[in-house]
Amino acid sequence: MRVTVRLFARLRDIVGTTDVVRELPSGSTAAVLWDRLAADYPELNPYRTAVSTAINAEYSRMDRPLADGDEIAFLPPVSGG
Amino acid sequence: MGSLAFTVTTRNLDLSTVVQIVSSELASADTSAGAIASFLGTVRNENQGRRVERLEYEAYEPLALKAFERIANEARDRWPDARLAVHHRVGRLNIGEVSVAIAAAAAHRADAFAMCRYAIERIKQIAPIWKHEFFKGGDVWIEGATVNPDDAEAREVAYRRACV
Repeated sequence: MRVTVRLFARLRDIVGTTDVVRELPSGSTAAVLWDRLAADYPELNPYRTAVSTAINAEYSRMDRPLADGDEIAFLPPVSGG
Repeated sequence: MGSLAFTVTTRNLDLSTVVQIVSSELASADTSAGAIASFLGTVRNENQGRRVERLEYEAYEPLALKAFERIANEARDRWPDARLAVHHRVGRLNIGEVSVAIAAAAAHRADAFAMCRYAIERIKQIAPIWKHEFFKGGDVWIEGATVNPDDAEAREVAYRRACV
């Protein structure tokens, strides 16, 4: 299956782009996606426990299985206001 | 709640706009609300000893709007008849510019003040918005709260801060 990753703030700076398209085995979770991304961009590793996930613009969890066409946003710690 | 109550925008924010939104909602509803409190967040010229020159805000807009709606729903659980409007700025902001405008209506003044404070505390906890600080000599992404909208403890912290 194919999913789109959205990256923000420092995570986007590390990867160098806002959107990344990835192929994953069907049934993969957001955590699997994160680990694959972090393998390619080791600077992401310190964010492993601090990052949150949204799937198709809804708050989600790292252990949720993804579906083909999903948009997964990885959210570093926020600082709005 | 009207669709204009929550926005993320690159345009200048205006307090009277959010106040008018909750005010008109009160006028069109049979409500017991008797108070509107408001809040403006502005860009400070100093942060942790750094001389701040400007901020650049970024948001995951569709989720930020849902975050504001969620916060309004939480507020209604605490304060019956509560109404909330939140406008958040993105893009480049200079010192003194308004980054967030909030209006909160509730039955009584204590509730309205508390709800307004609750809203800004929750925004800082869960809204997918980031500030990139440009200071004299460098720049840094500000990383505050790890987002977990279902964390009841974080919600309690926001509530306690609001009701001190």
